[in-house]
Amino acid sequence: MHRTGLRLAALLAVVALPASASAAVPALSVDKGDTAWMLTATILVLAMILPGLALFYGGLVRAKNVLSILSQVLGITAVAILVWVSWGYSLAFDAGNSFIGGTSKLFLSGITGDSLSPTFSAGIGIPELAFVAFQMTFAAITASLIVGALAERVKFSALLLFSAIWLTIVYAPIAHMVWAADGLIFGWGALDFAGGTVVHINSGVAGLVGALIAGKRLGFLKEMTPPHSLSLTLAGAGLLWVGWFGFNAGSNLEATGGAAIAMINTFVAPAAGVLAWMLAERLVSGKASLLGGASGAIAGLVAVTPAAGTSGVAGAAALGAVAAFACYGFVGSLKHRLRLDDSLDVFGIHGIGGIIGSIGTGIVSSPLLGGFRPGDYEIAAQTWIQVKAVAVAVGWSAVGSAIAFGIVRLVLGLRVPPDAEREGLDITDHGERAYNF
Amino acid sequence: MKLIVAIIKPFKLEEVRDALAAAGVQGMTVSEVRGFGRQKGQTEIYRGAEYTTAFVPKVRIEAVVPAGLVQSAVEAIQQAANTGTIGDGKIFVLDVDQAIRIRTGERDDDAI
Repeated sequence: MHRTGLRLAALLAVVALPASASAAVPALSVDKGDTAWMLTATILVLAMILPGLALFYGGLVRAKNVLSILSQVLGITAVAILVWVSWGYSLAFDAGNSFIGGTSKLFLSGITGDSLSPTFSAGIGIPELAFVAFQMTFAAITASLIVGALAERVKFSALLLFSAIWLTIVYAPIAHMVWAADGLIFGWGALDFAGGTVVHINSGVAGLVGALIAGKRLGFLKEMTPPHSLSLTLAGAGLLWVGWFGFNAGSNLEATGGAAIAMINTFVAPAAGVLAWMLAERLVSGKASLLGGASGAIAGLVAVTPAAGTSGVAGAAALGAVAAFACYGFVGSLKHRLRLDDSLDVFGIHGIGGIIGSIGTGIVSSPLLGGFRPGDYEIAAQTWIQVKAVAVAVGWSAVGSAIAFGIVRLVLGLRVPPDAEREGLDITDHGERAYNF
Repeated sequence: MKLIVAIIKPFKLEEVRDALAAAGVQGMTVSEVRGFGRQKGQTEIYRGAEYTTAFVPKVRIEAVVPAGLVQSAVEAIQQAANTGTIGDGKIFVLDVDQAIRIRTGERDDDAI
């Protein structure tokens, strides 16, 4: 979201400060074009989740569990929206300490239609409620992504409770550290344009921790668990790609050339990812598959997310291709050898792709490589900052997610009973079937 | 009367139908079935996870024909369904005791 750690030092506090204290801060003016773009970008990100991510995941599970995963994504999105307006936004974006925001904006206290949030241009703001809503969709998709690692075996109720806890103790602090003006990682000057650490590494690591704590599905690696509808999966992947323009270009916060940079990169990186993944399949197993192409697109989108505003197109293509090769290597081979049931590859694609993208952002942002950072940019120094940011995100997410899953396991239990798992969660958790022929 | 049962590749169904009609066969029953022969299964790969499908989709054709038509009907199927690769299928010929057309009560050769 923030392209530089040196800007915006006091900006998040603007609305909360009394008039006398904010006298030094230039008054923000608001542009109708920027506002219209942010409202549009926000609903594009919602379309990434509902129905994009839901269909992407829904096609990948067996027919007896498709409604279960759709319900989980729907329910978690609803929880995230309510958590966000209640305390999530305040903990993430209110002025606080290096790790977490304050409590003065609980329940969006004091925020009206006239409140403004700063953008990257001095003196230009957007309605704060638009910023709240835009960031709300990021929280919702991050929590929703995690269920892919736990598909076909975890209770609906457990996932709703988990999401509320996780958004509070993991998502809000990491978002604050990375994107808030007084955040720890923001202060280091780390580049994370649209959420490589906050969204993708964060959800990927949480998924990995969840898969380890919840355990493998019954019959894992013994019974067949092929995707039940790759047509649904492609429909979902396509919606994810379309919505990702809201995610990445929207993170520019203004309808300017910066948004156009993010947009072109959001075309190029997944294109490279599609072809790279399919090429790898062609070389390794003989056939380029649709699922491989869709997975490559997602890997490319994940990897370009932190770099979208600062990379050139060549850098974006390189990030997309490298991420696709690496993710293919993990989910196609290493995962099976580790006997890890990250069912829909949340860590394999969002975790691995997010780490490659977040570290790679330090490289591809260099003007020497076609990136858009200023001429005195130092690749090695920036990349080291990126590595530190990744390490903090991985560590915080791993520990916080383990705590959140642990609480839920104590209170509700994570798994459905074995018989219910065999029959399918659509019937046993929701009382419905997806397909009645 | 003979019952001809043919198991063929699904995409060959139209060609076999046309060939049997040209040979004078008046009707047939078709079902989608799964099974395996020398072809064994098919391999499917999803994100590197390899599944072997033990039963391959096939189409099963049943047609009852007068004894004099058996030879030409069998040849028609064999030619139309042949791709020269493994998994082309098989043809079985069985005796039929009786045939009755429900609407008219006609029997045997008149009924087929």
